[in-house]
Amino acid sequence: MQRRVSLFVPCFIDQLLPEVAVDTVKVLRRVGCEVEFPEDQTCCGQPAFNTGYWNDARPCAEKFLRVFKDAGVVVCPSGSCTAMVRTFYPELLSSSPLRSEAIALGLRTFELSEFLVKVADVTDVGATFPHTVTYHASCHGLRELRLRDEPLQLLRNVKGLKLMEMARFDECCGFGGTFATKFESISIAMGTSKTENVAATGAEFVTAIDSSCLLHLQGILGKRSAPARTIHLASILAQERP
Amino acid sequence: MSATAAQRFLQDAAVKSADLVHRQIILHGLESYDAAHLRGRARFQDWEAARQKCQEIKREAINHLDRYLLQFEEKVISRGGHVFWAANAEEARNYVVDIASRCGVRTVVKSKSMVTEEIHLAPALEKAGITVWETDLGEFIVQLRNEPPYHIVTPAMHLNRGQIADLFREKIGAEIDGDDPSKLVTAARLWLRRAFFAAEMGISGANFLVADSGVIAISTNEGNGRLCTSVPRIHVVVTGIEKVIPRLEDLAVLWPVLATSGTGQPITTYSTLIGGPRRPGEPDGPEEFHVVLVDNGRSQLLADAEQREVLHCIRCGACLNICPVYRHIGGHTYGTTYQGPIGSVLTPHLSGIREFQHLSYASSLCGACTSVCPVKINLHHHLLHNRRNATTEGGTKFTERIGFRVWRYAMLHPRIYALAGWLARRGLGAVYGVGLAGSILDPMRVWNRRRSPLPLPSESFRARWRKGLAAN
Repeated sequence: MQRRVSLFVPCFIDQLLPEVAVDTVKVLRRVGCEVEFPEDQTCCGQPAFNTGYWNDARPCAEKFLRVFKDAGVVVCPSGSCTAMVRTFYPELLSSSPLRSEAIALGLRTFELSEFLVKVADVTDVGATFPHTVTYHASCHGLRELRLRDEPLQLLRNVKGLKLMEMARFDECCGFGGTFATKFESISIAMGTSKTENVAATGAEFVTAIDSSCLLHLQGILGKRSAPARTIHLASILAQERP
Repeated sequence: MSATAAQRFLQDAAVKSADLVHRQIILHGLESYDAAHLRGRARFQDWEAARQKCQEIKREAINHLDRYLLQFEEKVISRGGHVFWAANAEEARNYVVDIASRCGVRTVVKSKSMVTEEIHLAPALEKAGITVWETDLGEFIVQLRNEPPYHIVTPAMHLNRGQIADLFREKIGAEIDGDDPSKLVTAARLWLRRAFFAAEMGISGANFLVADSGVIAISTNEGNGRLCTSVPRIHVVVTGIEKVIPRLEDLAVLWPVLATSGTGQPITTYSTLIGGPRRPGEPDGPEEFHVVLVDNGRSQLLADAEQREVLHCIRCGACLNICPVYRHIGGHTYGTTYQGPIGSVLTPHLSGIREFQHLSYASSLCGACTSVCPVKINLHHHLLHNRRNATTEGGTKFTERIGFRVWRYAMLHPRIYALAGWLARRGLGAVYGVGLAGSILDPMRVWNRRRSPLPLPSESFRARWRKGLAAN
């Protein structure tokens, strides 16, 4: 029987990096999922929440709960936005009647690699990617959702892919949402350290489960005309065997 | 108009984050800490269980602070010590300066104490004509440089041996060839030994106040703490009210966890318990023993159920050491007594959210701090609480408040959101098309000026979904 999943596409992936979501759909379908995309979804509210505007974030959370009310399993190609739903909605809605609904939805909302490995029980999605790749552990996935091995298990089973371990792979890249613009110099310095660690591995690509980290790192790599490029985990997993 | 704390922070952060020499020096220190910390944690049979235990002890202590502090006070007084409750920094300073004046103190030796930094005790004593010597090596070094501590545990982390050798030659007339660490230490010891024997008053902090036995517990590595607390005629302990713990046996886990988190040591070289002045027949120890219990904003934090656990902090410095922001900007940039994540969480409570709210925003919320905190304070979530409080009480920018209102409207109306996204991509595309990305005409300038331009696809995902991707 096909598993039905509802896709939650973070707003900036929707608007700036649609390919990541397209690749997510490909991977999910390949492992036998029927994918639906509730078109009323917008943003989970994280930008406002993280900046302290909880009163502006709360209606977004309530809307999200309405949009995904009937969804069985929700899958999202972002650890950060998944963490917003699972970890932070219960706090944001702590004095709302919707709190229990938020907790329940959080428990059935999964980041893509988490869904594949823990729910669908798939570690080999049948992908081929004949390149050297290093992995950056995005903070929210790692520390809010405790996803340490899931993305690596998937990468190890990609045909032709050579995984290169990076020094301080679990240190923040410096994105941090509005932090990236409010504290530009610190964000750039942190990102530069990260890109230096990427370069030291000699890998052609740096991958992660969050496009936000990658967008920031690509911005810095682009300015430095560095050889490595960024690629979302979903886009590696979507590459089919010829 | 002088620069605000936030403006100074931004300026200093820009300078320090680009200063590669500075980064090299602190990374050198932090990398050896990382290795020692990792080895130290591995010595525990179950590090997570130890953290859990420490959290429980501190939670019990903080939730019953009133009872444990009174128990501690009673014990200290019963042994002939004095306890002074200081509501704020001024009361604490005045109390210590008054004792010094009353007893004709001319020289004070201090062992390391961040609370004395917080209440600016040394300048108050100096103003009263008293000479004050910091006797912790790192503190001594930054004192000679007329700087505040760079780090709550390792105050001179930002200096290399060469700089310290030059400093000693210049300031204390030390004749040192080269920068051999043992020679540097010897020079400091010789200098400080004279201070120890001249001093009439020793001031220390306390790592813990043990309620059931009425003793203070101090962890040190250099032996200066014991000299400060036993040689001078008067010993004054200056400490925060949150340092109390219920039982002596709690030290069995708190001491090694503190040492491991602070420096990677199994336990610090000197672990000292002091319970009062010299008793009849005892060969040494001070004649007078005072404990100054400093509140200075702490009971206000205690009243805040959401953030009360911030008072669990045992000042180990682990959150500073792992923090990628601290690693890139260093300790002085914060401009606060307590630096790094704990400083960014605590300072708005102690010194005002309006002036220090920027520190709660100067974090990528990566959570590395929370992952190492030995008493399991959810540091990065408290940064979020501070941010929320800043928007309601701190006075955030008008444009930002309006911006999020507009944003919220768009996010609640999918069609407006989609249209706004489409317009933004088209508009920015036009700007970038003529090579103006990152220029003053680029609305996304703050993102683009030091990064290559944002990608601007012609279609959003939702548009592609409608155009055929939807078919399963």
